[in-house]
Amino acid sequence: MTRIDRTFEALRLEGRDAFVAYIMAGDPNQDRALEVMQGLPDAGVDIIELGLPFTDPMADGPTIQLAGQRALDGGMTLEKTLNMARAFRAGDDSTPIVLMGYYNPIYSRGVDRFLAEARAAGVDGLIIVDLPPEEDDELCIPAQKAGLNFIRLATPTTDDKRLSKVLQNTSGFVYYVSMTGITGAAEVQADTVAPEVARISASTDLPVIVGFGVKTPEAAAAVASVADGVVVGSAIVERIGRGDAVPEVLNFVKSLAEAAHQGEQVHD
Amino acid sequence: MTDLFNSFMTGPDEKGRFGDFGGRFVSETLMPLILELEDQYERAKTDDSFWAEMDFLWKHYVGRPSPLYHAERLSEHLGGARIYMKRDELNHTGAHKINNVLGQIILARRMGKTRIIAETGAGQHGVATATVCAKFGLKCVVYMGAHDVERQAPNVFRMKLLGAEVVPVTSGRGTLKDAMNDALRDWVTNVRDTFYCIGTVAGPHPYPAMVRDFQAIIGKEAKEQMMQAEGRLPDTIIAAIGGGSNAMGLFFPFLDDTDVNIIGVEAGGKGVNDKMEHCASLTGGRPGVLHGNRTYLLQDEDGQILEGFSISAGLDYPGIGPEHAWLHEIGRAQYVAITDKEALGAFQLCCELEGIIPALEPSHALAHVMKIAPELPSDHIICMNMCGRGDKDIFTVARALGVDMTGPEGRAVD
Repeated sequence: MTRIDRTFEALRLEGRDAFVAYIMAGDPNQDRALEVMQGLPDAGVDIIELGLPFTDPMADGPTIQLAGQRALDGGMTLEKTLNMARAFRAGDDSTPIVLMGYYNPIYSRGVDRFLAEARAAGVDGLIIVDLPPEEDDELCIPAQKAGLNFIRLATPTTDDKRLSKVLQNTSGFVYYVSMTGITGAAEVQADTVAPEVARISASTDLPVIVGFGVKTPEAAAAVASVADGVVVGSAIVERIGRGDAVPEVLNFVKSLAEAAHQGEQVHD
Repeated sequence: MTDLFNSFMTGPDEKGRFGDFGGRFVSETLMPLILELEDQYERAKTDDSFWAEMDFLWKHYVGRPSPLYHAERLSEHLGGARIYMKRDELNHTGAHKINNVLGQIILARRMGKTRIIAETGAGQHGVATATVCAKFGLKCVVYMGAHDVERQAPNVFRMKLLGAEVVPVTSGRGTLKDAMNDALRDWVTNVRDTFYCIGTVAGPHPYPAMVRDFQAIIGKEAKEQMMQAEGRLPDTIIAAIGGGSNAMGLFFPFLDDTDVNIIGVEAGGKGVNDKMEHCASLTGGRPGVLHGNRTYLLQDEDGQILEGFSISAGLDYPGIGPEHAWLHEIGRAQYVAITDKEALGAFQLCCELEGIIPALEPSHALAHVMKIAPELPSDHIICMNMCGRGDKDIFTVARALGVDMTGPEGRAVD
């Protein structure tokens, strides 16, 4: 059982939905990013998605792109991202960390080396946007063998025919992308997401978490009520990017978390 | 017949790989679209009516076949090999790009797509795409780095005249790779009605193979024309490489003719050095994953993608088609780099000796011809791909040569 599995087990017993927060490693600088990260669990975050900066984030909207650029301009690297995870882990042994990013920095470092380092740093799972099931041999299967969850994105274009393929080597949870588009785009519509989440849940025992386009506590509550949890990224990153003080950022995160936790459980 | 097991022409495999290169490194949202495209392309490939439509338009709209021209004065001047030019700069829109665009747009129409998106660097692929979209009455959106929009103003105006919407890309550093990122972001958003017309032999499978197949008309014609002109195949074929589509188009039909030397010429910019002021992915990069495929990339130690540098906006891409990466690794083709300065020299010589104003991209290929031709015997035949004309580059060249075209004598006319 990984930290992610244990977290969902605990949430299930408590009858709560998961609230997942995304921040970019090294944004706006390395110290403040860590400070924000260390405050997330107390703000009610159940799982942390830690963005791994990349020069060419093809699936991300302007907010996350700029965050990555700020991080890279400040000297952030994959190695320093792992150091950040390690520093967080030193003070928190229970909150799962999922690294989210693109394949090239990992490929460049070497898959085996990266997996060993990530595990040692206390990383629990990976979401690598540009690795579909067709490329599972690259990182997904080695990651599972190394004891890391490989969390896959399911999208509105994932039809029933593909769904089993997408779910096949997925572990931890399934990340449902609420719309065709990039991060931080249009507002999510909970009523269009609900049947899609139901469709995926019918094919897997894994929790289904919804992200993309969730910007407000109201939206977080609405989405959480039709899924097992909700992810907010761009709305948090935007506040970090415009220079909000850490306590302000964390207060906003808290308002999202509280709203998400009020959502009713769809699974038993 | 070539032995299938020893053929260099059987790639890619079912995973879209050429050896270790290529593949389908895209987000899940795009995956079903790419599989559908592959399926439709596989059908079209063996459909005679598809190729009949291509042949008709290649002939009557593009002006194919392009001539194979013996550059006598250049050959004489260099005093060695016999130099031929495959004149793809004479195509409608002035470059090889339209060969591929026609194929993709016909395919898009068959798939019922009504909106075409494209990325462009120098603007040649954008112009070709806008042209074919105008011809078929399709909506066309072209993503172009904001920096390139500025330095390629005539092509931007051309695209607009042709009815395309040109979107200046400011994300990242505002260059060709960022334009490709934004085109992918558009595609991921507008999955139902939109077809992404990629301009080179890169991107996720099936693009590298599909674009190669459409550009292979260059090599097929060159082979036949060379047999007619000389009664034999050339000894050496040479083409410039950014992403590598004109080169792949010339090279592919010759891959199994192992007596033919194949040379790809990358943009060496200010020189292939530690400062990375070049675009020579094979000469100065290493394998990585970007824009849907594994290939050689310009990148730093952390796997972050670097900006290339070249006087030629069309070669200004930090990657290269995966089939080139494979041909490089197995040694079937040789890849070299030519600096801006060498390319400019070739540009001028070609104007003066042959009355042909070449684009800066094939000027790189020509510069390498100038390097090797003098050392070769007079019965050695070189065929280089003159893949584009230089009208678009005259401002850049003038600037590089220190000529002021904004003054009273050389005033640019709108």
